[in-house]
Amino acid sequence: MFLALFSIVISIAFFAYYVGHRRALSLAGNDLSTLHSRPGYHGAFLAILTAVPAFLLLSVWAFFQTSVLDQFVLTRTDHFLVGLSSAQIEAFLRDAKAIAFGGIVSGVDEGKEFAASLYARYQKVGHVLAAGSLLVLAIIGFSWGYHRICASARTRHFVERSMMVLLVACSAVAVLTTIGIVLSLIFESLMFFRKVPVLDFVFGTHWSPQSAFEGAGADGTQTNTKIFGAIPLLAGTFLITSIAILVAAPVGLLSAIYLSDYASKPVRASAKPVLEILAGIPTVVYGFFAALVVAPTIRGWGEGLGLSVSSESALAAGLVMGIMIIPFVSSLSDDVINAVPQSLRDGSAGLGATKSETIRRVVLPAALPGIVSALILAISRAIGETMIVVMAAGLAANITANPLEAVTTVTVQIVTLLVGDQEFDSAKTLAAFALGLLLFCITLALNVFALRVVRKYREQYD
Amino acid sequence: MMKSNLAAVENASTSEMGTVSDISSVVSPIKMQGKDVNVFYGAKQALFDVNLDIRKNQVTALIGPSGCGKSTFLRCLNRMNDTIDICRVQGDILLDGEDVYNPQIDVVELRARVGMVFQKPNPFPKSIFENVAYGPRIHGLARNRSELEEIVAKSLQRAGLFEEVKDRLDEPGTGLSGGQQQRLCIARAIAVSPEVILMDEPCSALDPIATARVEELIDELRRKYTIVIVTHSMQQAARVSQRTAFFHLGQLVEEGNTDDIFTNPKDQRTLDYITGRFG
Repeated sequence: MFLALFSIVISIAFFAYYVGHRRALSLAGNDLSTLHSRPGYHGAFLAILTAVPAFLLLSVWAFFQTSVLDQFVLTRTDHFLVGLSSAQIEAFLRDAKAIAFGGIVSGVDEGKEFAASLYARYQKVGHVLAAGSLLVLAIIGFSWGYHRICASARTRHFVERSMMVLLVACSAVAVLTTIGIVLSLIFESLMFFRKVPVLDFVFGTHWSPQSAFEGAGADGTQTNTKIFGAIPLLAGTFLITSIAILVAAPVGLLSAIYLSDYASKPVRASAKPVLEILAGIPTVVYGFFAALVVAPTIRGWGEGLGLSVSSESALAAGLVMGIMIIPFVSSLSDDVINAVPQSLRDGSAGLGATKSETIRRVVLPAALPGIVSALILAISRAIGETMIVVMAAGLAANITANPLEAVTTVTVQIVTLLVGDQEFDSAKTLAAFALGLLLFCITLALNVFALRVVRKYREQYD
Repeated sequence: MMKSNLAAVENASTSEMGTVSDISSVVSPIKMQGKDVNVFYGAKQALFDVNLDIRKNQVTALIGPSGCGKSTFLRCLNRMNDTIDICRVQGDILLDGEDVYNPQIDVVELRARVGMVFQKPNPFPKSIFENVAYGPRIHGLARNRSELEEIVAKSLQRAGLFEEVKDRLDEPGTGLSGGQQQRLCIARAIAVSPEVILMDEPCSALDPIATARVEELIDELRRKYTIVIVTHSMQQAARVSQRTAFFHLGQLVEEGNTDDIFTNPKDQRTLDYITGRFG
């Protein structure tokens, strides 16, 4: 139904464009220069006036159709619903809709049958109304616009403004989505913090939410708040991220220096894309590389040296994560190093400095803010990384600085909390949202910091 | 007019042999020499058999239209062309009779002896002090902090910048005005006590007042250093240089005393260029 209406509106818009174009041409006669705007703008003007209000109506209708129908049906069937809870009323409507439009029906009774017939009827009426008002709107828009078209009509400005509105709307979608995600995160976290105090969560050192049921009181409504301490997770995240940065920062930075200042053109042309392929490898592939290749290797080495290495170690996950973020560091640093003007390199070389002196004493200091922000972006990427640590880091919430032990991270715990069948009102499940919020705050702070550094850096050259 | 001038020059030079005054400079010794210099960028030849002498304690101006090879020649003198992969230099460039392209020659040492100032002021994003101290540091010219400070102060004084910046040596060099930045770059070059200073259109990014200031400075620096300057401005060449070389399409068309080149050019192309008929 909507598809049909949609294509009708589209074809009307095309028709309107054609008519507007023709009208402008006929108004102009032989001399096109008498038109304020080119004929195409007149066509677009008419098409916009015809189609956009109709589209708006269509989307409003699509959005509210269900709830309006529900409301109408409820007012006509209230005598069946006396004494039902809101959840039961919801189930009633669900069944009625399933009877009317197809679907899984849990049970049929007289009231549901009646409601189903109402649904069927109201929906038909609704469709007719929608289609009718759509056409009326399109015709009103079309005829109003058609009469506005004259040689001096400033339709170009109208089209330009419409373009701007479209662009604003698209950016608004991105921004509003972000806000929506953050709000839902905050909302769920607040529900968690109603059960578990914020301080117990942020500063608690014991994490074992899987034991929530044992810890709960006999009636199952009490929650042991002492098992939701996020510190072990943060410690694990910090440990793994540190290892990753220790790997990625030198390797990424030095390869960026090589690529930007030492590599010949053909080497650079082939090496850079290869390095960037690293960024294209799915993280799950890194994950089993870490779990199946790196972790056993480290364990073997450790045993050879007489160390006890757990089979899922922070070192394995950190190393592989470091390899994963090398391209972030190297690619961004390469850009920043290239942005250092050649004149500075020449100036240094002209004073007798060697290449490595020039890089150490002029290029790197000049590029430092950019390199720092590249590192920070890589860190925030590493903190949020999930797949590698899920597969290679383990689940044990230890507070340790020993990279050979198993640790767990915030992201791993979010995954384990949400995998499988869950009740979405237990503290255990809600803890995942609180962890998500925590993670979001950390990476947001890092990104803001990185952006500030970058901005400061830009001021230096412009 | 011109002839009597020249006669005066020659008389003076014979009567005051050995002293370095403006007039006797005509016969001052050769500091650098280009012999049959050919330069190629890939397959394209940029310089054809250039033979040019650079005389000690004089300002030699290289003039000519864009793309004539004057900057290329300048960059051969301290091997700045080395940084360009596709560039190939044939022939000899001599510094005090020694070939600078000799594999025995250390390019680091060469550039300490033959400094360079670039077209656009390019101070490092460091403090004024650190900019000037950069060269002495990499060449290890100062044994301690006080020696370094002395070198920096002296270089800034020679570049005529000291009075303007002495109270803010810790501020970034990039915060100075364009003319000050260029004088800072000159101070930076002086700080390693070079023998020759190459200047690649040092005033093209400066306003007339800053230009006049730098030109005065060049004239003063001549007492201590040998200077080669590439310039697009013929007035500038006439003002600051004692000798002028005119390049055209990769060839050295004519070189000689600046007065001769501008008043009595021997080659038709030089005449056309200095009278503004092309270029």
